[in-house]
Amino acid sequence: MIRLNLKKILKSTGGKMVLDLELNIAKGQFVTLFGESGAGKTSTLRMLSGLLKPDIGTITVDGITWFDSNKNINLVPQQRKVGYVFQDYALFPNMTVRQNLEYALQRNQDKSIIEELLDFAQLSELQQRKPETLSGGQKQRVALARALVQRPEILILDEPLSALDLKMRIKLQEYILQIHKQFKLTTILVSHDIGEIVKLSDCVFELQNGKVIKKGAAADFFGLNKTSAKFRFSGEVLKIEREDVIYVISVLIGNDIIKVVSDRTEANGLKVGDQVLVASKAFNPIIQKL
Amino acid sequence: MDWQPLVLTFKLALITTAILFVVSIPIAYWLSNTKSKIKPVIETLVSMPLVLPPTVLGFYMLVAFSPENAFGNWLNEWLGIRLIFSFGGLVVASVIYSLPFMVQPIQAGLSSLPSTLKEASYTMGKSKMTTLIKILLPNVKPALLTGIVLSFAHTVGEFGVVLMIGGNMPGKTKVASIAIYDEVEAMNYSAANSYSLILFSITFIILLLVYLANGGYFKRFVP
Repeated sequence: MIRLNLKKILKSTGGKMVLDLELNIAKGQFVTLFGESGAGKTSTLRMLSGLLKPDIGTITVDGITWFDSNKNINLVPQQRKVGYVFQDYALFPNMTVRQNLEYALQRNQDKSIIEELLDFAQLSELQQRKPETLSGGQKQRVALARALVQRPEILILDEPLSALDLKMRIKLQEYILQIHKQFKLTTILVSHDIGEIVKLSDCVFELQNGKVIKKGAAADFFGLNKTSAKFRFSGEVLKIEREDVIYVISVLIGNDIIKVVSDRTEANGLKVGDQVLVASKAFNPIIQKL
Repeated sequence: MDWQPLVLTFKLALITTAILFVVSIPIAYWLSNTKSKIKPVIETLVSMPLVLPPTVLGFYMLVAFSPENAFGNWLNEWLGIRLIFSFGGLVVASVIYSLPFMVQPIQAGLSSLPSTLKEASYTMGKSKMTTLIKILLPNVKPALLTGIVLSFAHTVGEFGVVLMIGGNMPGKTKVASIAIYDEVEAMNYSAANSYSLILFSITFIILLLVYLANGGYFKRFVP
């Protein structure tokens, strides 16, 4: 169980912001922090891992105090040993894939985990390569594997898949889910991709201006359970066109663009870039194998 | 031709560079990390030799190290070190004089590394020392090479400070740049030319090698 109760004044480009949150995360859960850029998601992860010091508050993990401003307790990141996957992967350029993993070994730790992880992440053939020669997806797999070497109980993923193309993203989503289960981790993800969040997480916290404004189970959170639709997808509005009395809204779902007809009241509530849910229940969709 | 001034020059440059390398890494690491208010002051002090006439630096060191003054006297009485008109004094002066040439490239290199590299290392339970040695320094090798070569070349070319604090004692403080001045004063142009030509060629080759190395020229020959 992770309990965070933190206050921190953050100075960003947009001026001062007070981060003030209380989060309780049960052991073994897959939790997502969702929200606009600058809402304080990354800062929250950095405070949990010890890379950023909160102004006041407490952090306890499984009953052990990691941070307590009243008692002057502040464990350094080295003592917290959280598996942290950075947005830019942070692979060590001077080391090969294998050396990157080996560097993360703890003193006297059994080395067999290196083979196990290389195998699991399908990196065995790439193990002698330097990070600069790898593709984005491969780098991400190295970063994930490396974060697991020290057998952390908490895995932090800061927008791990945002730089990857859709196909690679879907593949790695499954991989992350597999890791989460196999290594019995408590995983905290930062993501903007609603499809990804629904697929991966048990619970979602939405942050805005440093505060949790909404929380819930992933499917409830985005209102997916309200419609008893036959099929439904989430996507992004690309274009809203008016044709006589109706509006045609182009929605990007995955790699496909779908045109949806809507009336004026519906179209007025939408703007380009909005995340939307496209669902239907009146018609029976046809499924064909490709 | 007397080879002694040249030997002395390169001995001085080697020792100075070695000391600077060890001294500059902690300074550059601190400067690239700190948010302290005194950082600009330290940065200024480190960079002063870049703009200060060497004679100014030499003059103050001469005064400070003189046994007639408190600090020089203390050095002399307690440690038995006399820094003026001695090789040891030249080393101390050169280290101070070439400090910016070592500190600045390393500091710039360390500052340019993404901070997530060290943060990743910390979350893996690695100490700051381990992170510096195994992650940060190996990833700023070009900066280390630049620092080493610039301070070496700068020490080879030093004149004013040496003259002020070391004088012109053959075998002890008479380095090549001083010898050249000496030979010109004595109208001995051919000897001055030999020293000059050697210094010119060596510094040219050293700097060329650095630019080639940092430009990735040699990587072609490595499989």
